[in-house]
Amino acid sequence: MVWSTLARHLLTKPSPPREAGHSTAAALAERLQNLSNEKLGRSLAIRHVDSGSCNGCELELRAIQNMVYDLTQYGLTFTPSPRHADILLITGVAARNMGEALRQARAAMPDPIFTIAVGDCAVDGGVFKGSPAITGGADSILAVDLMISGCPPTPGQIIDGLLSLLEAHAGKK
Amino acid sequence: MSPPHLSAHAWQNHTGAFIALWTSGELAYALFDAGLITTSLEDGTYPALSPKHPGAAWFEKLSLDLNGHKASGVSHSNTAIEHFLSPNGTAPWPEFRPAPGEGVHQMAVGPIHAGIIEPGHFRFSIIGEKVLKLEARLGYTHKGTLALMRGKSPRNAARFAARISGDATVAHSLAFAHATEAALGLTLPPRAVQLRAVMAELERMANHTSDIGAIAGDAGFAFLDARFAWHRESLCAAANAAFGHRLMMDMVIPGGVAGDIKTGGDDAIRRSLDALETERPGLTRVFEDYASLQDRLVGTGHIGIHLAARYAAGGVTGRASGRQTDARTSPGYAPYELMELTVPVETEGDVAARVKIRLAELAESCRIIRTLLNHLPDGQIAIAPPATSGMALGVAESFRGPVWHWLNIESGLITDVFVADASTLLWPLVEHAACTSIIADFPLINKSVNASYSGVDL
Repeated sequence: MVWSTLARHLLTKPSPPREAGHSTAAALAERLQNLSNEKLGRSLAIRHVDSGSCNGCELELRAIQNMVYDLTQYGLTFTPSPRHADILLITGVAARNMGEALRQARAAMPDPIFTIAVGDCAVDGGVFKGSPAITGGADSILAVDLMISGCPPTPGQIIDGLLSLLEAHAGKK
Repeated sequence: MSPPHLSAHAWQNHTGAFIALWTSGELAYALFDAGLITTSLEDGTYPALSPKHPGAAWFEKLSLDLNGHKASGVSHSNTAIEHFLSPNGTAPWPEFRPAPGEGVHQMAVGPIHAGIIEPGHFRFSIIGEKVLKLEARLGYTHKGTLALMRGKSPRNAARFAARISGDATVAHSLAFAHATEAALGLTLPPRAVQLRAVMAELERMANHTSDIGAIAGDAGFAFLDARFAWHRESLCAAANAAFGHRLMMDMVIPGGVAGDIKTGGDDAIRRSLDALETERPGLTRVFEDYASLQDRLVGTGHIGIHLAARYAAGGVTGRASGRQTDARTSPGYAPYELMELTVPVETEGDVAARVKIRLAELAESCRIIRTLLNHLPDGQIAIAPPATSGMALGVAESFRGPVWHWLNIESGLITDVFVADASTLLWPLVEHAACTSIIADFPLINKSVNASYSGVDL
């Protein structure tokens, strides 16, 4: 049953509608081809930490792994262990109650790492800016290398941001 | 119209299905299925409801943390959202008492979990693989949302309502809008009512597809996970094409909707529904046919009918445990009275039953969206809320259960607000359900209920 359904989809299904980011994906693919593997250096593993989101950004982070966006094709994967991670990806405000956990997650990661703030809340607190329950955006806890704004940013925007990090990383070498 | 005011004795002995409790000004409010009641605060205290209604415990802790109002007659061993309890300003761990017995040990998980999910701490007491007790410590994503809503106009506060739980952004915006409109006596244009329902059902379908897929994925069926994730993606892309936002955040506002359906949006939605309806029977058969999948789902995370009733569980979890409950029909709101909604009910109360309910609801939501799109009336999409006063409750059925918003508005500004997400009553059920299975089944159980962290942390 699984195999027959799978085969049917591979053989007869028209390609899925990609309204959500066809042009972005095409542009990204082209840009990636222009980067040699050597320049990319290595594939990077991401440890995600929600430090106080509404869970909207998590939905889109999960979406970048689906078969339409397929994050792994760019050499990027999510890892459960901070020990294996090269990128600390933070979503949500810096909630007071999550400050210590976020610091510990960072401390558990081997240097060097990149820190990315995804979503308006992680960028500067977003709509929750000024609330006494939060300390602000991710940079109120850690130094942040890249910010991807949006509420939530679309999967295309998130991948775009991650690829610009790869490019910048390659340039540094 | 103000809710009935009860003496302390009558308050404490009130019967019915408990939904929510909060304090505001000089009053404590409790919401039961039969309606709202109040009692006076005496020196900042009110009689506890949790001895009779266990679901009230979280609300009592929250009222203490947010407003300093204490429930008399109980002492809760931990707090809801206030973690910084030590006199020197640090956040010590609360005491987690292990289940009694020889060889029992504790297992700590979180607040940061392995996957891409929200933070929360789970403390399991286990013997071998068997879970004996689970205690969840929440509050990690507390953002002070309710305080930020006070002093703002309903239109300005709507963006906070939309961010109480991002996966149920339409439902929360809808419940908030319902409360505003009831408080200010607004009658909505029919086109706005129907567009809201289209968005709410799209949101339900997007969440149900990803939940079903994620449950199958956790049981090792990556194929189902991939297919359902693809359908979620196509529903989100359709929502973006129709309403300009993949999650439809900030699209439902007090007084109507923020934008009309875009040209081509109707077709995009229908295409995504057709694709899902074509594939759904085959995917459902995979669920039914594979013994190895059934083995993981059937009997796992059992929530009995009596337990579900004791916590007045709503939504998928309630309906999978024999509760004929859906806020769309009872208390009900427009336009569902015209939809002849079929509410699926199962009685097994396990993960498999919760998957079955979701699969049945996908078909029903498809039908509703098509009906609404076929008969979309012309006319206005929004009216401006006047700067008048009033107090009211609003409800909407999110994909996980009913969400309630209570508002007090004076001269067009919100003076107080309370929000009860369905998750508040679902978390204690997750704690119970975990104890019916082994530790390896917890991810399945947790996903099958899919309670929101942000929705209760506020």
